[in-house]
Amino acid sequence: MTQRVSIVENILNANDRLAEENRARIDSAGVFAINIMASPGAGKTSLIEQTLPRLAGQLRVAVVDGDIATSIDADRAAAAGAGAAIQVNTGGECHLDAVMLRGALDQLDLTQFDLLIVENVGNLVCPASFKLGTHKSILVASVPEGDDKPYKYPGMYRGVDALVINKIDLLPYINFRMDYFQRGVEASTPASPPSRFPAARGKASRVGWSGW
Amino acid sequence: MHELPASQSILEIILRHAEQAHAKRVTDVYLVIGQLATLMDDSIQFYWDIIAEGTPAQGARLHFKRIPAQLQCMVCFEKYSPNEEEIRCPNCDSVGVKVIAGEEFFVEAIDVE
Repeated sequence: MTQRVSIVENILNANDRLAEENRARIDSAGVFAINIMASPGAGKTSLIEQTLPRLAGQLRVAVVDGDIATSIDADRAAAAGAGAAIQVNTGGECHLDAVMLRGALDQLDLTQFDLLIVENVGNLVCPASFKLGTHKSILVASVPEGDDKPYKYPGMYRGVDALVINKIDLLPYINFRMDYFQRGVEASTPASPPSRFPAARGKASRVGWSGW
Repeated sequence: MHELPASQSILEIILRHAEQAHAKRVTDVYLVIGQLATLMDDSIQFYWDIIAEGTPAQGARLHFKRIPAQLQCMVCFEKYSPNEEEIRCPNCDSVGVKVIAGEEFFVEAIDVE
């Protein structure tokens, strides 16, 4: 005899649950956590490198770096003054998930920090689907990637709280229509449009970013 | 996009519920997938056939219910379905939108015996 069993259970629930646990740990240590996402080569690590010295003496910062292989990024973050830099090698996975971040949190004494910067694996698709437990999501878009990215990767643009437009000193050499890009960003981003920090535009906007 | 881990998660969910219902076999699985959830039916089916083998869910039929994306304009509160090119509000042309439907991805029910 066949019987219908009603379930209604979210399929990515396991990750969401772990993300909530991560958030509780981060909150209870009084830490603010951000998740930096971008395509490979957009400048996530460089942005972190540029940011750390600007926060020196104001905030104690820990960095968690996700990459398929090597500790290059964590080494760069450590050299730029991160109080702790943990490298997570995903061994082929194209994104960080809540389990991987939990593993990194296990290696950190969160009470020693004010800000946790998580640098996700370079990818414009998958990181958007996996919550980590961080407070805010930041997307770094670099001009050489092209102005059509918000249209081609709407899932990634949809969930971000702030957008950093990087390498804008290359604008004179590249056919990048800022208004077309911007329309795509606005169209993908629900409710509140993300804050924008043209990271490469010079001192003022860099201060704007690290102030944020 | 992540059909393999998704399929494994589906299997874990339905086997847990089948066991709670003291079922011997799962015959049908009803999935709800939003248009904006980037998952392909064919690909889930492909992994499903492999990972369900040897479990009480072996041979279970997968049913996919697709939910179209629905957006709401945060300026004039018009509700609409976006087309592929343009997700601006068709009423007031504004860009501040909220996703009301289309991101679902869950197991709705199973049939067991």
